[in-house]
Amino acid sequence: MSNSFKLRAKAQKGVVTVKALINHPMETGLRKDSKTGKAIPAHYIQQLTAKSGARSVLDAVWGGAVSTNPYLSFSYNGVSGDSLTLAWADNLGNSDTTTVSIS
Amino acid sequence: MFIWRSAGLFMIGQVVNYHYEEIIMQRRTLLKSTLAASAAGIAASAGLLMPGPVLALYPGAAFEAKEDATALSAAVGAGSYEFSDKIEIRAPDIAENGAVVPVSVSSSLPDVESISLLAQANATPLVASFNLHGSQAFISTRIKMGKTGNVLAVVKSGGRLYAAEREVKVTIGGCGG
Repeated sequence: MSNSFKLRAKAQKGVVTVKALINHPMETGLRKDSKTGKAIPAHYIQQLTAKSGARSVLDAVWGGAVSTNPYLSFSYNGVSGDSLTLAWADNLGNSDTTTVSIS
Repeated sequence: MFIWRSAGLFMIGQVVNYHYEEIIMQRRTLLKSTLAASAAGIAASAGLLMPGPVLALYPGAAFEAKEDATALSAAVGAGSYEFSDKIEIRAPDIAENGAVVPVSVSSSLPDVESISLLAQANATPLVASFNLHGSQAFISTRIKMGKTGNVLAVVKSGGRLYAAEREVKVTIGGCGG
């Protein structure tokens, strides 16, 4: 599950704005396969964390109602040159993490 | 007679064999899962698997709750909130596709600890909850809405809950639609 991220972090006037796109099916478990009529099993990101260096800047818990290929944007006080690490874990035990340097 | 007996024995042999294989299979899966679990345990304890907080407890009950208040108390510790005009929700008035509804929440309240998003018309209203750790009181994401209803943003500020809502009309449902 590597490279599930598109991540950008930009610092402007001491505020870092993070924009992230994650490739993930985000199945609620309620949808049915249109051909077989069987329920498609739930598969969604449950937890997401963002760290700048060792400092935790955001953590989130998600349900299946976050859209497929989730988009997330947030901002925090920081400077360019620092690193930003984003990580997620889903209900099937998959996880991924990526680090970018803040521009 | 002899043929019958041997056939019978053969069949018994088959059954025994089958059971034996089943037991072996069970043992294998058992071994596999215990191995995997212990490997995950070791990785987690060594901090290799994930940066810490991802392994924190997931409030599953909050996402299964069918009432706003139940979901909120499981997610952020309290179920009651008061409306505040210091929270702004940006969302379309009409969402053409309920599976992708862009929602942004920002707030001018002081010391915002968390922002939670609820789609009140969904069967399980809680969509996501964000702990901010002193970050700016701003979150933007995309959510699924089964049908027309209010988007409720609940902001925890100074240990109390404040909320704002905004109606989004959905023309095509996003949850099993």
